[in-house]
Amino acid sequence: MLSILLLSVFGIANLFLGFLKNRQILFVGAILFVLITFGANLVEWGNPLDFGASINKGMMATDKTSVLFTAVLLFTAFLIMPLSQNYIQDKEAQPAEYYAILLFSLVGAVMMVSYESLLMLFVGIEILSISMYVLTGANKRNNRSNEAAMKYFLQGSFATGIFLFGVALLYGSTGGFSLSKIQEYVSSTPNISPMLYLGLMFTLVGMLFKVSIAPFHFWTPDVYDGAPTLFTTFMSTIVKTAGFAALFKLLSSSFGNVYGYWQTGFITLSALTIVVGNLTAVYQQSFKRMMAYSSISHAGYLLLAVTAFNERSSSAILFYSLSYSLATVCAFGVLMLVSAKNHNEEYNSFNGLAKSNPFLALVMTIAMLSLAGIPLTSGFFGKLWIFISAFERGMYWVMVIAALMSAVGLYYYFKVIIAMYLKEPHSKETDTKIEVPTPYIIALLIGTILTVVLGLLPDTIFGLLK
Amino acid sequence: MTLWLVLIPLIASLIVFFIRNEQAKRIALLFSCLELILGVYLVAQFDPLKKLQFETNFSWIASAGINFHLGIDGIGILPVILTVLLVPFIILSAFETKYEKPNVFYGLILLMQASLVGVFTAQGAFAYYLFWEGALIPVYFLAAIWGGENRIRVTFKFFIYTVFGSLLMLIALVYMYMQTPGSHSDELQAFYALGLSKNTQYIIFIGLFIAFAIKMPVFPFHTWQPDTYTISPTPATMLLSGIMLKMGIYSVIRWLLPVTPTAVWDNSTIVMTLAIIGLIYGAIIAIQQKDIKRLLAYSSFSHVGLMVAGIFAFNHVGLQGAMIQMLAHGINVVGLFFVVDIIQRRTGTRNLADLGGITQSAPVLTVLFAIIMLGSVGLPLTNGFVGEFMLLIGIFKFSYLNFAVMPLAIAISVGVLAGSTLIFGAVYMLRMFQGVMFGEKTLKTAEFKDVTVSEALVLVPLAILVLVMGVAPNIFIKLSEPATKELLDFVISKINK
Repeated sequence: MLSILLLSVFGIANLFLGFLKNRQILFVGAILFVLITFGANLVEWGNPLDFGASINKGMMATDKTSVLFTAVLLFTAFLIMPLSQNYIQDKEAQPAEYYAILLFSLVGAVMMVSYESLLMLFVGIEILSISMYVLTGANKRNNRSNEAAMKYFLQGSFATGIFLFGVALLYGSTGGFSLSKIQEYVSSTPNISPMLYLGLMFTLVGMLFKVSIAPFHFWTPDVYDGAPTLFTTFMSTIVKTAGFAALFKLLSSSFGNVYGYWQTGFITLSALTIVVGNLTAVYQQSFKRMMAYSSISHAGYLLLAVTAFNERSSSAILFYSLSYSLATVCAFGVLMLVSAKNHNEEYNSFNGLAKSNPFLALVMTIAMLSLAGIPLTSGFFGKLWIFISAFERGMYWVMVIAALMSAVGLYYYFKVIIAMYLKEPHSKETDTKIEVPTPYIIALLIGTILTVVLGLLPDTIFGLLK
Repeated sequence: MTLWLVLIPLIASLIVFFIRNEQAKRIALLFSCLELILGVYLVAQFDPLKKLQFETNFSWIASAGINFHLGIDGIGILPVILTVLLVPFIILSAFETKYEKPNVFYGLILLMQASLVGVFTAQGAFAYYLFWEGALIPVYFLAAIWGGENRIRVTFKFFIYTVFGSLLMLIALVYMYMQTPGSHSDELQAFYALGLSKNTQYIIFIGLFIAFAIKMPVFPFHTWQPDTYTISPTPATMLLSGIMLKMGIYSVIRWLLPVTPTAVWDNSTIVMTLAIIGLIYGAIIAIQQKDIKRLLAYSSFSHVGLMVAGIFAFNHVGLQGAMIQMLAHGINVVGLFFVVDIIQRRTGTRNLADLGGITQSAPVLTVLFAIIMLGSVGLPLTNGFVGEFMLLIGIFKFSYLNFAVMPLAIAISVGVLAGSTLIFGAVYMLRMFQGVMFGEKTLKTAEFKDVTVSEALVLVPLAILVLVMGVAPNIFIKLSEPATKELLDFVISKINK
């Protein structure tokens, strides 16, 4: 709860900081705000601050899981913020607004991991989504950015409509919005009304859209590709983590008793998502677009953890989203630097990077290895945990598909590594060294070191939810 | 203690990465010698009659009951000896060639050594898998960065191929882990204690066997191998064929036989057929080769076939023969690839047609090359003879015992066909030796210098080892014999159940 309050206050404070001439203060301020919130959130571990029922009215609750997910969200935001440095120099950009919107969107994300009522979930999703619609179009002189924002907004609103429709049906059949009320109805009613099933289906479809599960993923590549890379990073990490945490919370606290109803569909969808995401990513020429499809495939793996639905699931989702976020931030961070110099987001803009910038090449390599799930990186244990929890459910065939598709994943992740280490740069111009600003170095170093450390000692995270 | 065996090369590789000049190779050699000394010390302390020794065991992922457990026993000791013994020679052999970015080059070799030792000593499935993949990444970069023609395509195929296998293995390991009782354990001993049903064993067998078969490689999973061996820089080729290949063989003995005995028993005829096809197929292609490095690649493929056949023969002689042959083949193949490297460096070619008459100007090289070559052919009193002889006895025994289950003609032909490896091996090896060393001098071999001191430092010890192992194989057999016996008895008792 504390983090929501702080983020809202800081968001407004940031808008006012925008009046200052010195944009550097804004930059440092925004990072500091996120860090303070991160610390405040950890304070709530063990002694949650929920203001009692008279104020809270059972709308939100802070528990260990929500604190951990909030920590992942805030930490990811903390890593992304330093990558925004180029907006400080850019005269056209409006950093004060961007930072404020980012902080507000985090409010939505935190709501999505600590809601107790479907209304709060809806509000959280909307806060997050509307912020994202705006940020997607942040680059207002770029047609593709505008197109992406429009696409995202239209399809996103449509999905929200479906979600809200589902919530209405759930309300109609159970008589309440709160998770406990729905749980009570589902577990105690002998003949569950078909309206609940229909409502659940609509609700889930709305949420699956937000986390880009096939066949609701068609917006993802265009939006990710069109949005400024900084906000693509934000979208593919924060939105996904919050979305899956919300999805799992909804299902585990209210719909465990009708597991049989949604299980088959979820297994099929996750297999479909993994296959579609991986196979389409193979054919991409643009690195950024590849990352969009790869994020779809990672959503498939996360959905697998949701479907496994046992005591390991929530730590699997937590660990996977953390390691995925770390690697994604690193990959996009390097992409931003490379594309700023080469004005190109294709694979071949990475050619020869290892010679001119060994540090960036190493960061990218570790990020790619982690995304591909190679041991000694956190991505491996993320995948392993999902495999283990899916095995406990006996979902063998999906596991085989998921594992084979990881081999396909290697193909496109390694294309970058090959370009960096084994190919010659195109021209003299692209061979020059990229100046890496200090905030980038810090963010990328933290991300990379954590990826390796979690790849060696995963229990630091797994142990927390035990 | 075993932990240090992994840590020394690991720390060394990190140090070497930061030494950005030619000194890197000397530091690397120093550390690999330190590792060798520790290895020799451990072997001296090793008691073949005891089980796991020099253990390192601490809780790694407590929430899942996963320990980080290393140790050496009779099965692991020979591959560990092989690894600590060969890496100093591999590093020394690279001294005369100038590699760009030597710090990365030698750092990767040491990183590879750390992972290889880890694979051979890991007693838990997930640590084992970690090292297994950890061995792949350095060798991929070694081959891809410093490799020859077409290196990007060839190494990429190699990488995807082997990782595909590893993922199947991972599924099998996770599956077994989930079968263990209670709060689960990934310990090897816990896997041994599982009484898996026949169907389960079959599923696990398929997953593990494909992974190992790709790594070794066994026919028909070998298509990555000749190209990768040929284009890799020689030290990487040595690592691949000298040590990494043994990861597959070792894993079959350690992780496949005792865990899925019934499935192995039921499929032994199929595997043996594949192994023998590979053995003959590899040998026939080797005879046709003009490029001597490629010839050695196929000969390596052919030798693996024999070792696999020996393991699946289900008797003690065959199994022990495979253990010894692992060591012998590693030593021989490193020596042979080094000779090829020397010849290529001096003449700029590996083509048999362009070579000849080297013996006239390089008598020392001729003698050393001959000893190692004869070891590979399997002449008595060399190391190759001991291993191959034991393997062939094992395979003959297998076909003899299977008279009842399969037609007489097939049973006999299995033994005879496997035995043909000795003849084929002699044909391609002697053909190569003759073509390279004897005959008229060619333009390219006109001025051929004999071995330098640093080259002799590699070849002389290897040649001595070939002879020592050939004359007194008992030194090595004794180290692993009790363990292989116990393992085999365990496997056979499990089948009968």
